[in-house]
Amino acid sequence: MSNWVEVCATDEIDEEDVIRFDHEGKTFAVYRSPDDRFFATDGLCTHEKIHLADGLVMDDIIECPKHNGRFNYKTGEAKGAPSAST
Amino acid sequence: MSQIVIIGAGECGARAAFGLREKGFAGQVTLVGAEEHLPYERPPLSKDAMLHGHEPKLVSEAACYAEAGIQVLTGLSVESIDPAGKSVRLSNGGNLTYDRLLLTTGARPRPFPGFSGASNRIRTLRTHGDAVSIRTQLQPGKHLAVIGGGFIGLELAATARKLGAQVTLIEGLARILTRGVPEPVATVVAERHQAEGVEILCGVKIQDLAETRDNASILLEDGRTIVADLIVVGIGAVPNVELARDAGLAIDNGIAVDQHLRTSATDIYAAGDCCSFPSAHYGGLRMRLEAWRNAQDQGTLAAANLMGGAETMSAVPWFWSDQYDLTLQIAGIADGAAEIVRRDMAEGAFILFHLTADGRLLAASGIGIGNAIARDIRLAEMMIAAGVHPDRLALAAPGTKLKSLLAA
Ligand SMILES: Cc1cc2nc3c(=O)[nH]c(=O)nc-3n(C[C@H](O)[C@H](O)[C@H](O)COP(=O)(O)OP(=O)(O)OC[C@H]3O[C@@H](n4cnc5c(N)ncnc54)[C@H](O)[C@@H]3O)c2cc1C
Ligand code: FES
Repeated sequence: MSNWVEVCATDEIDEEDVIRFDHEGKTFAVYRSPDDRFFATDGLCTHEKIHLADGLVMDDIIECPKHNGRFNYKTGEAKGAPSAST
Repeated sequence: MSQIVIIGAGECGARAAFGLREKGFAGQVTLVGAEEHLPYERPPLSKDAMLHGHEPKLVSEAACYAEAGIQVLTGLSVESIDPAGKSVRLSNGGNLTYDRLLLTTGARPRPFPGFSGASNRIRTLRTHGDAVSIRTQLQPGKHLAVIGGGFIGLELAATARKLGAQVTLIEGLARILTRGVPEPVATVVAERHQAEGVEILCGVKIQDLAETRDNASILLEDGRTIVADLIVVGIGAVPNVELARDAGLAIDNGIAVDQHLRTSATDIYAAGDCCSFPSAHYGGLRMRLEAWRNAQDQGTLAAANLMGGAETMSAVPWFWSDQYDLTLQIAGIADGAAEIVRRDMAEGAFILFHLTADGRLLAASGIGIGNAIARDIRLAEMMIAAGVHPDRLALAAPGTKLKSLLAA
């Protein structure tokens, strides 16, 4: 059984960009990569609860607008500050 | 090389310690800090932590240090360094030997002349303990007087208003935020504070401070007296250089380091608020920053170089401040700019781009509600790093994506 939810039309997101998508009380960030594929992550930064969709997408990375925390939106991996751990 | 000692367990020291492990350093890492807590974030102290958080927001949980094999000695300070013998002496009488040493001793508030900052009613704000003490005194109806119209004082004023305290802010110069913030941005901040009920007095000189059991007061040179329940002095910070100076290291408005964060002594590095360094994007001008991301960037860079690397500082200075629902962000250093281009955005947000006479972008300062200016400031920062000469009309037109100017 599939539970598809329509987020937006493909032309509502530019290439290498992100939009915010709220659904059933949750917030997501939806990305369009430079190679024209679509991805989604949790909408809020892990540092403080800031909407990542206001941040900057460069290649595979979304940077949080608040303090530049960096995440790979394809893998979900944190790519540096602000939350140090190994 | 098997032992690295880091003195100062703040943002920068913690970042360096984890950086060493992330880069594969297998030797011993010891982080020594004078404060009782594990490294915590200072920015929240004047912002949200003042409202709720009873515990400091740690940079990393205790388990992360254990997992990474980082030894953290809290509540201990280093009293002296012996660069020849490669050892440091601790306040508990112990010694630690090192192969390489990193100084991340940070900065401390500049005291008001003649006042140590130790009293309960006349205080400064740098540590979690300071924040707790201030917060307990900021109930509705209490009167807070802030000395100094810099970021920490202004953020505290905003938070104090949220807590219902009455606030008077005193600035000796003609306007608030004279250090590094262009006037139009400072005006937005000042007007917002006034709208929120903060009384701002600029261009007033203080003659003396006094304290009784029941209140504290500021005597102004014009004869007025401001009586408050609490006075917080926010007139800047001084770098903690004494340890380095006593060990014979070169000092120049901070512990002087080169572009690799090396001090004048072999095998000793310094990073963060305590050091001054030659800036990559401003003709090698020596500067010392008091900024959170700089502490992270330099901590990470120091880690690489402690392990034998020769990476150079290339980050563009970047700073933010939150007051009420406004966020201000500044990338770069505007000194020497010949021209300002203004980009007006939705809901009153705007960015000023500071350009040299030949059109190179030096700095960008923006202010707006929430994260309105964040993305464009980040792109400006990348343009500054790349030495771009952006088209002025494109900068001014909010419809033009700044990303498209990166290659200019
Ligand atoms: C209230 C407040 C709000 C701020 N807000 C912002 C903001 O909004 N944006 C921003 O960019 N920056 C902000 N900052 C600045 C930012 O917090 C600092 O730049 C950052 O903390 C610097 O990190 P550091 O590790 O270099 O120094 P510090 O954080 O000062 O840490 C140095 C540590 O070393 C310890 N130490 C010193 N000497 C010794 C010794 N001999 N032995 C052992 N330990 C020692 C000190 O006790 C301290 O714990 C703010 C700072 C404050 C105080
Ligand atoms: S909130 Fe995202 S980096 Fe701090």
